[in-house]
Amino acid sequence: MKTDEKYIKLAKEVRRKIVKISHTANVGHVGSAFSIVEILVALYFGIMKIDKKTIKDEKRDRFVLSKGHAAPALYAVLHEKGLLTEKNLADYCCDNSIFEEHPKHHVEAIEVSTGSLGHGLSIGAGLAMGGKLKKHKSNIFVLMSDAECDEGEVWEAALFAGHHKLNNLFLYLDYNKVQALGTTEDVLNLEPLAQKWQAFGWNTVEVDGHDTDAIILAWMNNNANICPTIFICHTIRGKGVSFMEHVIDWHYKNPDEEDLEKALKEVK
Amino acid sequence: MRNAFSKTLTRLAKQNKNLILLTGDLGYTVFEDFLKTHPHRFINMGVAEANMMGVACGLSMQGFIPVVYSIATFATMRGFEQIRTDICVHNANVKIVGTGGGLSYGHAGSTHHALEDIAIMRCLPNMTIICPSDPVQAEMVTEQMIIHKGPVYLRLGKRGEPVIYKKTSKFKIGKGIVLRNGKKAAIIATGNLVHNALLSSTKLEGYGINLTVIDMPTVKPLDKKLVLQLVQRHEFIFTLEEHSIIGGLGSAVAEVIAENPIKKILYFHRFGIPDIFIAKAGSQEFLRKKYNLTPEKISRNIIKLINV
Repeated sequence: MKTDEKYIKLAKEVRRKIVKISHTANVGHVGSAFSIVEILVALYFGIMKIDKKTIKDEKRDRFVLSKGHAAPALYAVLHEKGLLTEKNLADYCCDNSIFEEHPKHHVEAIEVSTGSLGHGLSIGAGLAMGGKLKKHKSNIFVLMSDAECDEGEVWEAALFAGHHKLNNLFLYLDYNKVQALGTTEDVLNLEPLAQKWQAFGWNTVEVDGHDTDAIILAWMNNNANICPTIFICHTIRGKGVSFMEHVIDWHYKNPDEEDLEKALKEVK
Repeated sequence: MRNAFSKTLTRLAKQNKNLILLTGDLGYTVFEDFLKTHPHRFINMGVAEANMMGVACGLSMQGFIPVVYSIATFATMRGFEQIRTDICVHNANVKIVGTGGGLSYGHAGSTHHALEDIAIMRCLPNMTIICPSDPVQAEMVTEQMIIHKGPVYLRLGKRGEPVIYKKTSKFKIGKGIVLRNGKKAAIIATGNLVHNALLSSTKLEGYGINLTVIDMPTVKPLDKKLVLQLVQRHEFIFTLEEHSIIGGLGSAVAEVIAENPIKKILYFHRFGIPDIFIAKAGSQEFLRKKYNLTPEKISRNIIKLINV
């Protein structure tokens, strides 16, 4: 399937913003942010019911960025969505700003403060259970990194959500197969990953994490189950800029003037 | 105390549809009534405390008031970072209830001795800590903590605590209670040792010592005003708690005293468990005796300290 031009344009604009604010703020995690761009575009522009009007509605869809270190991607997408201003983006990592390297709930458009790995799914499960008890029709979306699966809490939450059949809970796993010091295969092998989630009672779907249309289609085909759903999104860290793709250094490196120029040239 | 808590909670759940109870697979014979009357608002989370704290945070964001129950050590320690980062950072309206505070589970050993729980909860911003001293106060505390907005750590004894208060007594979060007005020496106690403070003062009367006795159920925020008033009127200040002498009520009182310029000589001493893990088993009573927390030991030590 050919990805809609609109989404391709959006993803490019988001990547340009990420690299720009990271350069200005002199902050890293660009690779992790690039990895989730299409997932966020799909969620905010094709899946979730979140906009300016519903932002305070108690029955709204809710999003938790469990991999908080990819915050610049979230800020850029929220800006595209009209939920953050130009000034907000410019505030990224400035002294006295609420736009930190990790998302804060002090920002109106952000539900949950994250940054410590493995917390998001439990909070999402609580939101999902609460929503069900209150008979809301809304859904809860959590975006988590593969390395977060190293945390025991993730599997406690997986067991809980599966047991209680929280079918309003949707987990997007950014499976770029790289973590802080190496590949997930070398550090702590997660495979067979899909089978693990299946065994915990989850509807398990695998999808190309850089194909926005495919991510939206997967959601349309999997949003009426009797159990929670995980979308294992196969991604590439640093996706979109050739010299960043698959390179561990881009977990840490801040894009300098030359990197910025080269990256912006590639993402046109 | 634990039964007074569960009975009150069951009653409050009838009035407040947002009250929801989460347990880490604990509370045998404690929550039967709650489960019967509010089956959809009773969730056994299994033995998974970290997840329990995160789920509680999520539930509070949907407007619920989660009451999270476990043994005091597990309630405060297994999911400490989740309490900090999920519950306290968001100032989430979650109530953490630790049962068996102190040495209630004496024979169970160090895994079950809650002696550092107050210390680690006390350093968390937004956290309120309440240790009721008897079943009557436990009922009032349970009512108040549900009304209070924000995280609370409620530290309960297990069972069989003697009654101190009349049904007409009052409790307010952040306020200490003067149980006896004495002279020269005052003891500030919290939780399940307040009763022993009272018994100690009775014993001391026979030695001509009039001990002021304070019940300080709220360890955080501490009633600083009352502490400073006591300092003005007394020469000896003692604290008493079934907790490590590090980080609990004794430390909280010491901080207040140390940071206020007092132009007088004051003697201060903390009664509590020394900085150790208790290696040899014992009943709560045995361990209280061993670590000088019985009325006999407390009063004897107060006489010694006063007569130095």
